[in-house]
Amino acid sequence: MMRVGIVRFPGSNCDADCARAVREGLGQEALFLWHKTHSLEGADVVLLPGGFSYGDHLRAGAIARFSPIMQEVVDFARAGGPVIGICNGFQILCEAHLLPGALIRNRGIRFRHRDVHLRVERTDTVFTRACCGGQVLRMPIAHGEGQFVADVETLAELEADGRVVFRYVDESGCAAASANPNGSQNDIAGICNGAGNVVGLMPHPERAVSDLLGCKDGLPLFRSLLAAVPEAVAS
Amino acid sequence: MRGSRATSCRNSQDTPWEAEIHYAVQVRITPRPGILDPEGETIGRALGTLGYQGVESVRAGRLISMRIEADDEASARDSVEGMCQQLIANPIIEDYSILIEDAE
Repeated sequence: MMRVGIVRFPGSNCDADCARAVREGLGQEALFLWHKTHSLEGADVVLLPGGFSYGDHLRAGAIARFSPIMQEVVDFARAGGPVIGICNGFQILCEAHLLPGALIRNRGIRFRHRDVHLRVERTDTVFTRACCGGQVLRMPIAHGEGQFVADVETLAELEADGRVVFRYVDESGCAAASANPNGSQNDIAGICNGAGNVVGLMPHPERAVSDLLGCKDGLPLFRSLLAAVPEAVAS
Repeated sequence: MRGSRATSCRNSQDTPWEAEIHYAVQVRITPRPGILDPEGETIGRALGTLGYQGVESVRAGRLISMRIEADDEASARDSVEGMCQQLIANPIIEDYSILIEDAE
């Protein structure tokens, strides 16, 4: 049985949805990890959920990044463990320097919440192994600070290394200005680290895992985790 | 007595190790050049709508005021510099400047 550790910060609010996606969508075990602890409790995968950790004060993710458990998360990631950051979790991963760049206020200032289409650009990461290259997925976004920015060199490096995992596209999978909800550079919706074991994205796959939610396009991402830790799933 | 440590120690020559001084610190954080600043742009557009002419650019930042205790201004600056680099500013997207004055 795979154990997915979901870190709870004060202000996390997608933790329960993530647990449901793991339990009901995958039939695997989800456990909550309080941010003040120093143990990952044997988790095979660490998931930083969405929300407004520490009220988004200072910068989104800036304070959560120093929560006690983050030291363990950083060590786990550096050792190759799968770490996923969704929305606020993505912001925390950037603040913690596990992923490059930063997420700033949406270009249009406003909080955006609507469905978007993503194109899967890379299928050898821990969160996209069950996807096909170029596959278009529909799932919701809900964020005020989702505009991905990085300096020119970092951006060029991300593109050259193929570390852009998801891009905002239109329904047919083509780039379109109207498909980019927040002004992210190069339509970037999600990226990974060099090894592909740390993935961050702004959209919410955990809100798209059943017909009841209107869409199941988030499931392949969670299913990808099964392939990332086969020994845990088998045991 | 302990509550009035600041005033009682300040001029105490017998106990220099306790002679902390209080500083009023202001950290000004601004979006780095080249980083899009949607908030500044919106303010700029609003000013134009209100009829203010000649506003060439607007950048919006953040001001953090602190009162801190330190041995001297240099160590106060060192300390605040560390705070900025570790937490207060994100060097990827923000620049910061530090203003330090003696506090009352």
